[in-house]
Amino acid sequence: MLAVYKREFKSYFTSLTGYLFMAFILFFIGLYFTAYNLSNYYVASFTYPLYSVNFVFMIAIPILTMRTLADDRKSKTDQLLLTSPVSVTKIVLGKYLAMVSVYFLVCVVCALGPLVISQYGTPNFRTDYAMLLAFFLSGCAYLAIGLYISSLTESPVLACIGTFGALLILYLLSDIGGLIPIDAVGSLFTSLSIQERLMNFANNLLDLPSLIYFLSVAGFFVFMSIQSVNKRRWH
Amino acid sequence: MIEVKNLTKRFGDHLAVDNLSFTVEKGQIYGFLGPNGAGKSTTMNIMTGYLGATSGQVIIDGHDILEEPEEAKACIGFLPELPPLYVDMTVLEYMKFAAELKKLPKEKRWDDIEEAMETAGILDVADRLIKNLSKGYRQRVGLAQALLGMPPIIILDEPTVGLDPKQIIEIRDVIKNLGREHTVILSSHILSEISAVCDHILIISHGKLVASDTAENLANRAKHTNSLELLVKGTPEEVRALVEKDSELEVVELKPGEEEGTAGLLLASKHEEDIRERVFYFFAEHRLPILGMSQDKVSLEELFLELTGEKEGE
Repeated sequence: MLAVYKREFKSYFTSLTGYLFMAFILFFIGLYFTAYNLSNYYVASFTYPLYSVNFVFMIAIPILTMRTLADDRKSKTDQLLLTSPVSVTKIVLGKYLAMVSVYFLVCVVCALGPLVISQYGTPNFRTDYAMLLAFFLSGCAYLAIGLYISSLTESPVLACIGTFGALLILYLLSDIGGLIPIDAVGSLFTSLSIQERLMNFANNLLDLPSLIYFLSVAGFFVFMSIQSVNKRRWH
Repeated sequence: MIEVKNLTKRFGDHLAVDNLSFTVEKGQIYGFLGPNGAGKSTTMNIMTGYLGATSGQVIIDGHDILEEPEEAKACIGFLPELPPLYVDMTVLEYMKFAAELKKLPKEKRWDDIEEAMETAGILDVADRLIKNLSKGYRQRVGLAQALLGMPPIIILDEPTVGLDPKQIIEIRDVIKNLGREHTVILSSHILSEISAVCDHILIISHGKLVASDTAENLANRAKHTNSLELLVKGTPEEVRALVEKDSELEVVELKPGEEEGTAGLLLASKHEEDIRERVFYFFAEHRLPILGMSQDKVSLEELFLELTGEKEGE
């Protein structure tokens, strides 16, 4: 697993992908940080920038996930991986964790945000870092969804479009939920919305069920990816 | 070493491998021979655990490839049809990655990498990006990857594709040397390649095993399917009437000869013994002089075509 992890992680930084992914998210966080904290509103909180960049993931996540499993299948390098004495679970986990690590680097940079604010005002560190934790785990959930979609196809382009579509629907989920007249269905949609749950953290709430929800989504899609790779051998 | 039992693989309606069974003994070189699309690659992919079989079983060194995949796969070095290379890595990085992936013990990892790279002749391109290498070199990097750690079983799917003649000879020597201590299975649709290096030949056609024998036995078998080419003084009708009197003989082909009043014919015996003498006296007795006679040995090539059902008119 370590071999796959190391290779994948390194490949994100020998190509442009990793830098692009990080730069893209950090640019938008910086933009909102400037807008909320340094210019217009002057709030001493890092939660708003983190909450606001949620939509950026629709584009950022596919950058990282589109090639992960699809490309191996296309270039037949999966023949090396799948005939080596490493289980499919470990291969998929290695790839997933490499993406999580790249994303973790983004969060490490973000962790500096509240510290910067503390130089000029008094941020609520607990709220900010709770939000950062939620931000990290929600990203892990998105990455798992991207991983799964990448496992379904051998075309990175299709994986990219598919992931974008899936995240777009997820992003709109709470709005769609609002349109549905049946209350139960509407609130189900809302409760599945990652963005809606991030709102709780922005509103100064350490929402434990939401953290568990993010982890469950991540776990579920990683599991599905493993199944999907396994299933391919039997087509 | 390897046991393949009743292996069947379907892709939708297409039957790629049809009830294939064979065993592979230790320390020999096996050749998979068959025309394109015969199921060689599919069989190899199943044996290495890349594909699942529709039914049947593969046992590698006592480990079922499905039930104990990690133990079974650890015994195998595999070079697929298309070398599985990460083109954005250098050759050395790739070899390091493959060594780690194959869980080679850390202490001797470097020695293993060096040995494999030396055997495949890629030490001089160690620091080059794989994407900048020529097809022949890529093939060799793939081969080096398969040789890493010198596993007991080495499976090579068309190992000499894309190599120039000098390299082909080099690779053949490598394979021959490997065959002393390792079990090597290689596939090819080129007969001369297989007969040059393999101890044992498995001929596959339409997913079925049509022949499995040592190279010498197959060659003998090819010689034994005797037939005679004759040039006889007489009309084709006379000749046919005569041959039909002897139930042991069979006319395969009969046509008028180039000279007036002669007939050329291809004669086959239903038995395997040498029939030259008998045919000579038989024809002499009936006053049809034989002007020419040659023994037509069916070559290994023709046997292969015959077995795989690709011979003209069959």
